[in-house]
Amino acid sequence: MDLNFTEADQAFRQEVIEFLRVELPADISRRVHADLPVSKEDTEFWHAVLHKRGWLTYNWPKSFGGIGWSPVQQFIFEEECAAAGAPRILPFGLKMLAPVLIAFGSKEQQEHWLPRMCDGTDWWCQGYSEPGSGSDLASLKTTAVKQGDHYVINGQKTWTTLGQYANMIFCLVRTDGDCKPQAGISFILVDLATPGIEMRPIRTLDGGQEVNEVFFTDVRVPASNLVGEENKGWTYAKYLLAHERNGIANVGISGQKLARLKRLSLTQKRNGKPLADDPLFAARLARLEIELHNLETTNLRVLDGFSKGAGPGPESSMLKIIGSELEQNFDDLTRRALGRHAQAHTPQVFEPGYNGPQVAPQDMANQSAAYFNKRKVSIYGGSNEIQKNIITKMILGL
Amino acid sequence: MLADMIGKFIQNDYPLKARITAGSSALGYCTAAYSTMAQLGLIGALFEEEVGGFGGSGFDIATVFTELGKGLVLEPLNDTALTTGYILAQTDQLELVEQIVLGEKRVALGLIENGADYDWSAPETLARQTGAAWQLNGVKTCVKFAHGADALIVSAQTQSTPGISLFLIEAAAAGLAEHPFQTVDGGNACEITLHNTPAQLLAVEGAAYPLIDAAAARATLALCAEALGLMERIKDMTIDYMRTRKQFGSELGKFQALQHRVAQMLLEIEQAKSAVINAANDLQAPTDERNRAISAAKYSIGRIGCAVAEEAIQLHGGIGMTWEYDLGHFAKRLVMIDHEWGDQDFHMMRFAQS
Repeated sequence: MDLNFTEADQAFRQEVIEFLRVELPADISRRVHADLPVSKEDTEFWHAVLHKRGWLTYNWPKSFGGIGWSPVQQFIFEEECAAAGAPRILPFGLKMLAPVLIAFGSKEQQEHWLPRMCDGTDWWCQGYSEPGSGSDLASLKTTAVKQGDHYVINGQKTWTTLGQYANMIFCLVRTDGDCKPQAGISFILVDLATPGIEMRPIRTLDGGQEVNEVFFTDVRVPASNLVGEENKGWTYAKYLLAHERNGIANVGISGQKLARLKRLSLTQKRNGKPLADDPLFAARLARLEIELHNLETTNLRVLDGFSKGAGPGPESSMLKIIGSELEQNFDDLTRRALGRHAQAHTPQVFEPGYNGPQVAPQDMANQSAAYFNKRKVSIYGGSNEIQKNIITKMILGL
Repeated sequence: MLADMIGKFIQNDYPLKARITAGSSALGYCTAAYSTMAQLGLIGALFEEEVGGFGGSGFDIATVFTELGKGLVLEPLNDTALTTGYILAQTDQLELVEQIVLGEKRVALGLIENGADYDWSAPETLARQTGAAWQLNGVKTCVKFAHGADALIVSAQTQSTPGISLFLIEAAAAGLAEHPFQTVDGGNACEITLHNTPAQLLAVEGAAYPLIDAAAARATLALCAEALGLMERIKDMTIDYMRTRKQFGSELGKFQALQHRVAQMLLEIEQAKSAVINAANDLQAPTDERNRAISAAKYSIGRIGCAVAEEAIQLHGGIGMTWEYDLGHFAKRLVMIDHEWGDQDFHMMRFAQS
């Protein structure tokens, strides 16, 4: 594969940069750069902006409204969006459910749900994990029992990201308990307004609230909301998880963190000199920059393989492990760079009318909380330990 | 004996929920708990008999703070008693030391200035003398638990004499403004601005460096011991979780890949414990020897502490990320200890250059 950007790629990059310059409001990018939560309104606003331009569904097949960007173009788009501080495209509907519906959904389901994802009618969340089923997802216990033209769902889901904003949830449910666990799972779409559903927030260790528990008590869901065939849900789930891991290398975000850390190291002091001159710090930073350059090429190699083959495969697991650890390492080194100021937890400096002390540089006011929050990235989407199991089995054949 | 007594206090009278609530209060800790600990003699154990205590050795300090770490105790016995009490004891402020030992007064310490540096050897805060009276001008940052303290000790340079001087300032002194903020591990710190603030010179003008250095050694030892206590608890929590959490039909602790990681955690914590013992043992040694042992300990604790915090969260999975589960609070404090009194890189270089 050719690693050099073509003239067309460079022109495309300029097009993305110009788009972001014109369309991305400064107050949103400031919050994104500071690792603060993006509000529901700001996310919906940004989705609408991308939708208007036709870029919201950039990773969909052309026949379903995608653009047909090459892997390199997708990479450029993601890199520039991260560099500009654009909110991430919420993956649950657009990047996770959509590929499943496109591959396995009925024509009616595709025609009903896909446009609603694009125009913001639906905010999707994910009902996969359960309290007893984390890494061992196939052991899930939430049941769906067919009664006439409905399924009746009972059970509990957890770690449902931004469920508090959602009106729809896609769930893995057990429709057969008398077989190998993987063979009795189905994939179903549930309206969160259905009676019998309760969403409870889970506070995370950084004090944030982005994940939830969802309780289902005799929740009646139309049978037409089943995706694909009954008891084939595990196949769809694996397909979805591979797509979830696609893009999880987070090369763009790590690149942005590298640039931010380099800027910070010029203003922070160690022993009276700029931190950038500290040989230990410089070595730590160099190590991460080298790893990022390596990952950029690993990422492109894997994407190139996907585009020539049958889509995402077990190589996604490599990107997930390397990408998540690298992102965490950038947050770790940024925290170190803040020295004493890393102790301050002052996200309120972004609120209007704040008149308290500004301890850390302003875009770093939430950095330590973000460092702790980002410990999640090596846990969610299939923990890195599970990714290693996948590599062991699927790539190494052990 | 002392360790058992502190352990019982934590078990019976120091619920973690109350600690977490106090950590995000305006004061950042619980004064009643602080007083109780003083009455139990926890502060007295940090000072020698000549100044009203009944301990004061490196091992006394290490024992107290290891036990406090096991309970994730928030109250600033290090910041407002041990470190400042030592400075005051060395400068014959024995009445104030007595009040500190009894828990009646709390004195905070302001050495760090802006720039986020760990280096406290060159303060820009300026002290001016008019007759016998001193006035200070400058800004101190990250002064832990200054809010609610009765007085502050701050470092400054004077116009006439090179070197560092230390000054005692009443919390209510004119021209002192405190700007408190929350710390990420629960608790409070302040930015302190001083504008023509009246102050009392401690020790000899320009000659406070060795005194600060000795106080820093005590504070750093206490932090290392606290981290050790935190790590012991984190290790126990992780082992318990490995024994009870089931995935794929068996306990997590049955998976060899995970067993080896917990075993590695144990090895690292044992090494950290040895580093703390070395530092406690050398607290009274000649300055260079003492500082090498202190830096060795703080480097070890910084490196191992961050690794243990991250690994324990990873081994727990999602539950380790929640506010409701204890682990995250221990992990936050453990990581933040690397940001006080010099991080692992700072101490590795200080060791290398000594």
